[in-house]
Amino acid sequence: MNSNIFVIIASSAIFYGTPLFFAALGGIFTERSGVLNLGVEGTMLLGGVSGAWASQHVPGSAWFTVLAAIIIGMAAGALTSTLLAILCVTLRTNQTVAGLAITIFAGGVGLSSYFANIWKVAEAPVDRQVRRLDVFGWADAPVVGPILFNQTILTYLSWVLVVLASVYLFRTRFGLQLRAVGESPQTADAMGINVVKYRYLHTILGGALAGLGGVYYSLAIVPTWVDGMTKGAGWIAIALVIFGFWRPSITLIGAYLFGALQSLSSTLKARNVQVSGDVLDALPFFMTIVVLVLVSTRFAHRRLGAPAALGFPYEREER
Amino acid sequence: MLSKTRGSLGLALVAALGIGLVACGGDDESSEPAATKAPAASEAPAGSDAPAGTDAPAQGATLANFTPWSADAPVIDCRPEEGPLKAAWIYVGPTNDGGWTQQHDVSRQAVQDHFGGAVETTYKENVPEGPQVLQTIEDLIADGNTVIFGTSFGFQDAFVEAAEAHPDVCFEFATGFKGSDNLSQFYGAAEDTDFLAGMAAGAASATGKLGMVASFPIGEVLRGVNAWTMGARMMNPDSTVNVVWVNSWFDPPNERKAAEALIAEGVDVLGQKGIDSPATGDAAKAAGVPWAGYNADQSANYGDVWLTATAYDWSIYQIPRLQAILDGAWVAGNYYGNLSDGFVTLASFGDLVSEETRAAIAAELEKLTATPGSQFTGPINDNKGNEVLAAGVSHTFEELMSMAYLIEGVIGDIPAS
Repeated sequence: MNSNIFVIIASSAIFYGTPLFFAALGGIFTERSGVLNLGVEGTMLLGGVSGAWASQHVPGSAWFTVLAAIIIGMAAGALTSTLLAILCVTLRTNQTVAGLAITIFAGGVGLSSYFANIWKVAEAPVDRQVRRLDVFGWADAPVVGPILFNQTILTYLSWVLVVLASVYLFRTRFGLQLRAVGESPQTADAMGINVVKYRYLHTILGGALAGLGGVYYSLAIVPTWVDGMTKGAGWIAIALVIFGFWRPSITLIGAYLFGALQSLSSTLKARNVQVSGDVLDALPFFMTIVVLVLVSTRFAHRRLGAPAALGFPYEREER
Repeated sequence: MLSKTRGSLGLALVAALGIGLVACGGDDESSEPAATKAPAASEAPAGSDAPAGTDAPAQGATLANFTPWSADAPVIDCRPEEGPLKAAWIYVGPTNDGGWTQQHDVSRQAVQDHFGGAVETTYKENVPEGPQVLQTIEDLIADGNTVIFGTSFGFQDAFVEAAEAHPDVCFEFATGFKGSDNLSQFYGAAEDTDFLAGMAAGAASATGKLGMVASFPIGEVLRGVNAWTMGARMMNPDSTVNVVWVNSWFDPPNERKAAEALIAEGVDVLGQKGIDSPATGDAAKAAGVPWAGYNADQSANYGDVWLTATAYDWSIYQIPRLQAILDGAWVAGNYYGNLSDGFVTLASFGDLVSEETRAAIAAELEKLTATPGSQFTGPINDNKGNEVLAAGVSHTFEELMSMAYLIEGVIGDIPAS
């Protein structure tokens, strides 16, 4: 029953979809404030390499080290996106260019691999990792066991986050003000909302979540550091934000869809289903394009919640 | 580093065995001392003390398993006019991949330590298979390197092109098959150690369902998969090997996904071939499934699940070859190392390998050291039921190199490229 192909795919969809969700949730916060972060890929990698380093070097009990690795990875992501915030919010540079610059600067052949080299992160496996749990001892329960009760602590955290984020965005005053900043910073400013502060905070929060996604790669998926190991997950996350119409709950479903696509190839090959691995491996990126085309229609823009001021720097004097 | 003492001991034993065998085989007698001294000398960097052989490294640089492309192959002099000989290595992955490229770099450092100031080594890592290879070669030659080592199959055509453009540079290529006056090929009988590792894997399986993560369905990898399967079925006759092709030499996340998918399918022992990283071992460790690795001894990091692995010592070949250049005696040709000269070795056994299995492996190791490739002796059928080799017939060397079938016991087909 538990090796039923649908159970396997559902279980790995959640396992591989979780880091995509973290990064995409970060993207929701950032974009809701009107800042487009194309630096997610590089931010994830910096978070991943910092988390891997921390897991190898922070002393103490295993759970403390892992917790420290998660926090350090998130801090590295937050620092990276602080740089983006300075560029985009304070210096009002072109957000597309700034984000791309961050991904190139921090990415697979940039800062993250430089740190990996000087810290010698890749020389040994990351022994203190984020492992799959056996919740209530139900991991072997038929069907639901592998899907729901055999994930990592970070997956359960993501389920809590999806609720918290939805409540924050749509049921609190801060969420309302955040959305106002993203829709019309001039109006928000006139209402007395500190646009710069909101943009900074949510860009940094977004970076921390992207860093968490990176930590998931280096501590849960492959507990070893590999240069450029996220392999485009950051770009998928950016598409997921749009796919989820800037809403955490829909984005979670989208993340699991892409997680399933990412693991489909191996699962089918292990079943000796004759498929072209290349086509399957390209599916997530193909889907990304399809999603972007669909939602970039005028209808989608008007009805589905893209923040109106997304991508535009805010200058008070400019009316 | 990994447990080197045991490895050195094993290598010394194999080298000692090699002396005896070469002597029995009645090969070119004059070559023996040189050939057997080379492995001893190459151990210098691994151990802390310089071994006795260091002073007399591979004089004449004759390698027992090296054959020039032709009897009248010209001697290429790629010594620099002044200064040390500059040699460069080109890697497909990072030097810390925990497997293939790391092992190549360990050998490069062994070469550097062996020659000291006489040779200056350098390397380029993470070079993708494609147009960048030729550019990298050109850059290295422009920097004064006159010996270029290639370490990934997909670099081959660029090496052929560069060798033609630079007739005064010595090119050394691992795992390919194309040669020219200044382009050599070197590799070794990993299928022999893969067979032995497969024996350990087969003996470790309770269900008889084994899984393997493999890279590309080319001759080198098919040989390994088939030999591994044969070894497993020798110990566990009805066992099957489920192979997942990941179509990459180095892609740890994908390798791990493949290994997990195999575990989900119910395999209870994992192996890998042509896969540069130990990510398969990570999946095995997480699931508590015994694992036979590849490229290097990873017993220190994967103790709980470790069986054994094929391990390479590329410097066995490289040190005498560079010595030949320094002596002005380098000719291009083909080298296929094996257990007897220590180019391939079986890594140390994990605790999961029983004494009984170790004894069985030792017996086969002796046979394969004496006659490399002899496990491929008929009757052998492919996994479609066709006879490949009749009883008593063995593959020729060319047939081994161009192997293009999956042996009985492997589940699945060779994927279309």
